[in-house]
Amino acid sequence: MNKMVVNTPAEKKGSFLSKPGSQKFIVLLVVICLFVFFSIFSPNFRKYTTILSIMDYSYYIVLMAIGVTFPLITGGVDLSIGTGLICYSLAGGYLVVHCGWPTWAGMIVSVLFGVLIGTLNGTLVSIMSLPPFLATLCTCMITRGLGSICSKSFGISWPTSGSEGSWFRDIFKITIGDTKYPLGFVWVLLLVLLMAFVLNHTKIGRYTIAIGSNKEATILSGINVKFYHIMAYVISGLFAGLASIAYSAVFSTVQPGTGAGFELEAIGGAIIGGVSASGGSGSVGGSLLGVFVICLLKTGLPYIGLQANWQQIITGLVLIGAVMVDILKKRKAATV
Amino acid sequence: MGDTILTMNEIDKSFPGVHALDHVNFEVKKGEVHALMGENGAGKSTLMKVLTGIYTKDSGSIVFEGKEVEFHNTREAQDAGIVIVHQELNMLGHLTVAQNIFIGREFKKGIRIDDKKMNEEASKLFQKLHIDIDPTEMMSNLTVGKQQMCEIAKAISHEAKVIIFDEPSAALTETEIEELFKIIRDLRKQQLGIVYISHRMDEIKVITDRVTVMRDGGYVGTLITKECTKDDIINMMVGRVIYEDPKTESAVPKDAPVVLKVEKLNAGRMVQDVSFELRKGEVLGFSGLMGAGRTETARAIFGADPKTGGDIYINGQKVEINSPQDAVKYGIGYLSEDRKRFGIVVQKSVAENSTMAALENFVKGLFIDKKKENKIAQDYVESLATKTPGVDQLVVNLSGGNQQKVVIAKWLIRNCDILIFDEPTRGIDVGAKNEIYKLMNRLAEEGKSIIMISSEMTEILRMSDRIVVMCEGRKTGEIDISEASQEIIMNMATREIG
Repeated sequence: MNKMVVNTPAEKKGSFLSKPGSQKFIVLLVVICLFVFFSIFSPNFRKYTTILSIMDYSYYIVLMAIGVTFPLITGGVDLSIGTGLICYSLAGGYLVVHCGWPTWAGMIVSVLFGVLIGTLNGTLVSIMSLPPFLATLCTCMITRGLGSICSKSFGISWPTSGSEGSWFRDIFKITIGDTKYPLGFVWVLLLVLLMAFVLNHTKIGRYTIAIGSNKEATILSGINVKFYHIMAYVISGLFAGLASIAYSAVFSTVQPGTGAGFELEAIGGAIIGGVSASGGSGSVGGSLLGVFVICLLKTGLPYIGLQANWQQIITGLVLIGAVMVDILKKRKAATV
Repeated sequence: MGDTILTMNEIDKSFPGVHALDHVNFEVKKGEVHALMGENGAGKSTLMKVLTGIYTKDSGSIVFEGKEVEFHNTREAQDAGIVIVHQELNMLGHLTVAQNIFIGREFKKGIRIDDKKMNEEASKLFQKLHIDIDPTEMMSNLTVGKQQMCEIAKAISHEAKVIIFDEPSAALTETEIEELFKIIRDLRKQQLGIVYISHRMDEIKVITDRVTVMRDGGYVGTLITKECTKDDIINMMVGRVIYEDPKTESAVPKDAPVVLKVEKLNAGRMVQDVSFELRKGEVLGFSGLMGAGRTETARAIFGADPKTGGDIYINGQKVEINSPQDAVKYGIGYLSEDRKRFGIVVQKSVAENSTMAALENFVKGLFIDKKKENKIAQDYVESLATKTPGVDQLVVNLSGGNQQKVVIAKWLIRNCDILIFDEPTRGIDVGAKNEIYKLMNRLAEEGKSIIMISSEMTEILRMSDRIVVMCEGRKTGEIDISEASQEIIMNMATREIG
């Protein structure tokens, strides 16, 4: 039998970087290096209070990042999480502060509001086939307005430490004796472990990756893609709701009209942590670490004398770097 | 061969403007490998898509295991035991092999997906099929051949009773094809019914029991492989009456200069050592089956895709073409297959599209000279007889044939002497087709040189002075129109090279 020999290359040897999850270790290294770097160059940075501060300001971003990892893995994005979390906080807070609702009820409202908007996002993207960028940009603007409406344009201060109903702040930072402990980190870590399990070992996570990898093929495999696609955005909305609680707990006042830009830190953190812009790959742990890189830069740079603007420029450059690594990985994998 | 397991009776299916399946009959027995053959557009894929529920038939019946069935989606067909291994792999690159095979039917322990069990089951499956693949390997790290093996394993794991292979060997190495055939022989022993869609004659001869040929949406006939020859099959594939008169001899004078010479062009798998010449005023037809590499060759010449080797000479001089910009500079214009994606800017006007490749001639300082642009667009609308209410009309509102004329005008305004037409009359009605043919002839008479890539045999025979035939990335034949016939071309298009 005369056959034309088709030249196919040998199987790709997995270099370290091509193994899934390898980026996480590099980011972990970066986090440790940054921490060491700032500690060496600034004695003030090494203080325990600084660590506490970094933790406090990171919770809401980490929670957003955990949630937004899911739409990102499907190849989409959720831009509504920033203004969204402010909106959910204002809504719950209004009920607590001005309507006498108990704090826990306000918290539940915040989270449910997040789930609601998440479902809206999911429906727009999955059922009405709007491009995710557009759909979530619109809900971003909607939640910005809604937030103001809910709070009647006033800032809201959830119950402050010491007052009745302020127990929820202790969830994140608890005072035992004379020292404060960043308890929030424990919860965040647990949530990371939980969502990592969801992503890697449950149908929701598996199909989220499948949709991001090849939506057509997933549909052809008989999977209810419409449902699982919506779920990715519901998860994002849920975690925006949880993030709103973290935000309310850490900051004394929540102002309407703010929040725009929070999503960039969360999404940036996810990308640094290994989420691919084109979908299909990423990890929850990686997103956590990526957010830490951004938070360390945000809080650390002032300690070595660089003001806030520089920190944004450097964060932007680090992000470009992360996206380029992603593109280079893709290009290498595509050379068949 | 056992009893009949599947019968498709008088299947009829039409799409707007196209009668894709014309009362087609097809039957598969248990324990047989039944080849389904035909040219591009014959209806093989459409027939299989009707069977597996991707399309709904207009009329006819499908009888499977003695019962009449109708599938509304691939899941239903799969569950019934009819599975198709597609030509384009449907795989999820970011998941492992085992995860791909069992996608949608994962083993679970409560809420947790049991990846360990999936890996074990996948291993068992691979052992049964004598395939050597690690189920924990990431799908995107496998070679295309191994990925195809996984698709086949996945199809089999559905406890299929009928498996359809659509051009399975296209991406496989010789060894992998041997492995594939071993698997197919195994499946045949297990009394599965196997449909094998392919154009590789030699393979058909080796592995199949019967051959069914389709042509232009209709059923031509079924032969027993052992008892027929390659010529018998080819006759069935092309034996049609051509209504438009084929060209009988080349219109190009013997001493016409060579305007384009391509020597040992290489661009990946689809373009291997392709060499040919194009003479002034000639229409050179490029024939071959889908996937032969003709578009890839054209794109490599035009600089749209990178080439890995080969030289291009224009009017005797060697030129470096690394991008379409270079190609256009040297006077080459390329009308791509997919007008809407690569040819026209849909939301812009006739005038704007016409001057797009030569805009620098219409610029005064920083601004575009709209008057000049409109005038020249109007000139070409008249000379090409483009039907449009005006040059301001948005191209999206024109019919296919007229859109094509706008693209042609674009390259003429650019003063291209070498024009590559890729499937120039695809999606265009008969009347407009004739106009495009007249136009091409006129351009050739005026001294332009044309390469015409076409999958329509009648078009090739009607328009070409000479014909180059490609198969799987290589040039497999070259023939003057005076000696050409459908059979000869089809022979060259299905030839394998040792």
